[in-house]
Amino acid sequence: MTEIPLGPGGMSADVEDVELYHPHSWITKYVFAQDAKVIAIQYSLVALGVGLIALVLSWLMRLQLGFPGVFEFIDADRYYQLITMHGMMMVVYVLTALFLGGFGNYLIPLMVGARDMVFPYVNMLSFWVYFLAVLILVASFFAPGGPTGAGWTLYPPQAILAGTPGQEWGIVLMLVSLIVFIIGFTMGGLNYVVTVLQGRARGMTLMRMPLTVWGIFTASVMALLAFPALFVGAVMMLFDKLLGTSFFMPTLYSMGEQLKYGGGSPLLFQHLFWFFGHPEVYIVALPAFGIVSDLISVHARRNIFGYRMMVWAIIAIGALSFVVWAHHMYVSGMNPYFGFFFATTTLIIAIPTAIKVYNWVLTLWRGDIHLRTPMLFALAFIVTFVNGGLTGLFLGNVVVDVPLSDTMFVVAHFHMVMGVAPILVIFGAIYHWYPKVTGRLLDETLGKIHFWITFLGAYAIFFPMHYLGLMGVPRRYHEMLESTTYPASAHQLNIFITIAALIVGAAQFMFVFNLAWSLFRGREADGNPWGAASLEWQTPETPPPHGNWGPHVPVVYRWAYDYNVPGAARDFIPQNEPPPAVVAMQGHSP
Amino acid sequence: MADIPLTHIQTETMPAGLKGIAADLSSDQQAFKNVSWGKAMIWIFLLSDTFVFSCFLIAYMTARMSTSVPWPNPSEVFALEIGGVTLPLLLIAIMTFVLISSSGTMAMAVNYAYRRDRRTTAILMLVTALLGAAFVGMQAFEWTKLIHEGVRPWENPWGAAQFGSAFFMITGFHGTHVTFGVIFLLIVARKVWRGDFDREAKGFFTSRKGRYEAVEIMGLYWHFVDLVWVFIFAFFYLW
Repeated sequence: MTEIPLGPGGMSADVEDVELYHPHSWITKYVFAQDAKVIAIQYSLVALGVGLIALVLSWLMRLQLGFPGVFEFIDADRYYQLITMHGMMMVVYVLTALFLGGFGNYLIPLMVGARDMVFPYVNMLSFWVYFLAVLILVASFFAPGGPTGAGWTLYPPQAILAGTPGQEWGIVLMLVSLIVFIIGFTMGGLNYVVTVLQGRARGMTLMRMPLTVWGIFTASVMALLAFPALFVGAVMMLFDKLLGTSFFMPTLYSMGEQLKYGGGSPLLFQHLFWFFGHPEVYIVALPAFGIVSDLISVHARRNIFGYRMMVWAIIAIGALSFVVWAHHMYVSGMNPYFGFFFATTTLIIAIPTAIKVYNWVLTLWRGDIHLRTPMLFALAFIVTFVNGGLTGLFLGNVVVDVPLSDTMFVVAHFHMVMGVAPILVIFGAIYHWYPKVTGRLLDETLGKIHFWITFLGAYAIFFPMHYLGLMGVPRRYHEMLESTTYPASAHQLNIFITIAALIVGAAQFMFVFNLAWSLFRGREADGNPWGAASLEWQTPETPPPHGNWGPHVPVVYRWAYDYNVPGAARDFIPQNEPPPAVVAMQGHSP
Repeated sequence: MADIPLTHIQTETMPAGLKGIAADLSSDQQAFKNVSWGKAMIWIFLLSDTFVFSCFLIAYMTARMSTSVPWPNPSEVFALEIGGVTLPLLLIAIMTFVLISSSGTMAMAVNYAYRRDRRTTAILMLVTALLGAAFVGMQAFEWTKLIHEGVRPWENPWGAAQFGSAFFMITGFHGTHVTFGVIFLLIVARKVWRGDFDREAKGFFTSRKGRYEAVEIMGLYWHFVDLVWVFIFAFFYLW
């Protein structure tokens, strides 16, 4: 890395000094907290809670598919509601909130050497508005008619018409909850972006930032630009439902009667939804890319291969993801010529993505690999992501996609690529940063059991679904009717998948137990148990107190990946360790 | 902020051209030198809000182009009859004039704020708020008139139902922006008037010291709302 000359010592930063809000009661310290680290934990716990609800919903779905008719309370309507809530909760309220609100809040200030986010008060509001959105969403379970069963894509016209479960209240609460979520996210997103752009420590250039920060930063920018489309779509559908407008509603006949709607365009909603929906995939994936790069580098004791290319790949993927949205709409009835354009842009994304995969593998090459739990999850991510990415090549091509549309193949693809893969990273990241957050390590034995059940179990669940999809088994059907269309093996596979899903789900509760148990009984960790070079591990105290750094904000002299540097005393050099010349010149010790 | 010299940037060693821009943007601490957090935030927020309004306008244009029923003629719908003469778009012209004028008084307020002229700043901000309130008032008048003529979100007497839907949604969303702007103008004007920024009084909610920059941030938001109106005017009323 080229050395960028720094000013004279004294080491006070040129950026504004944060006016920290100092809490003076239990409520301002832990409930209405303005400290990004507390907000991060609040976000993470709520998101994990929503994740557990969504997990139970998926269990119920699998029980119905594996043993149709046995569980009588899961009728077709109930099944649609389970699908819808599972999808929306996982994508928006778990993954987005956990990566940006959770990891973003905890890691950005620590990794860029800031005392806090730039607007702590707005940051606090962000969490509470998110919490409100979650409450509204969960309230729909108790509303008359239950939650909406429109599918997580909420396609009109069916989403708001009679015949779709939850069309009385569920869809209204869903749309309101999304609008509230977007308002809350915007407050947080502005914080993440401005902190990275304008609030870094002395010496922390953009090209010295850990890739985790790059991933979260790019994802936040994308979210600020993609969520508006969902916001507008939700507002317009809410008007269609409540005011009787016809933005998305064509002329319709139901039971021989013409409905009051007419002249709207259902395709318009699909465009708005996917203009949000596709970037959303990468809003979830880019933080995962960033985090996994750091996990691999730390636990393989090697600098990340091709750092500069990794950064550009993140940016390129982020930019490209805004021009691929209609590849979700090949069978929607849009102009067929669009398909050519969107298939091309979709396949181009494979290039930066492949660069990232090759660089991860090359980082491992001749590395000093420590197979601790975080590393296992990181390696599992690479495999799973490649796997899901390859089926993406099938679905990205129009002619191959058309027969596979709305089959279990699609379910298998997106669960692999944006369900399992990011969740594996989340687990890895929790095992990795838990000692920084709590001062104790998560239990390694429980962690390894959790890893192997989750990793192998995920393949047991989703691999057979590719096969089911190729046989033409449709998704969103609450049972395969007793017909000769599908061979007996399809039914048996469904039973197998269900059993695997029950086991994998149960293993997650073991993880929750590990989180709680290790908080009190875990092995105590020092400030830097993995020997990592990035800044968050160099805090004077662990867990870091309010204000993070004590009296002096750190000064950064190098990138975050100085591992096994020849001639260095240790096998890593912290980012804030000055080069010998600076030490000699200033008589300064870090 | 602005008066701290950035000594550690050595201009002579910086590469030229595009590489120089990249090196400058990615150099340490701040991507945009001497841009405060508040200003960076408002610019990024406005970028996000631009996407919201763009989506609204594009959705409206899609609806207008794809509907099979004729679209009402805006210059007839939005005409006022004064003394037996029908003047197309008269009210909208006045509203546009008022809002653009308010951008002028806002810009002057920003200038006076940086000169620490509290009285003039506060007065100019009040005038801006007044013009903004007048705009919202005229919008309320326009809504009332149309509602009396039978325009509803779900129907209207002249053609495509989406006319009323898009009209109420887009002007309503913009009017909400103006209303919030007026409220915040009043709040900031009060702070300027009381000298809160000179005394570095702590904010009621944020408990952070305010700065005269708040006037400029307010101004950026106000100019944005104004700019959005120009697009609404062009795409909704003139098309």
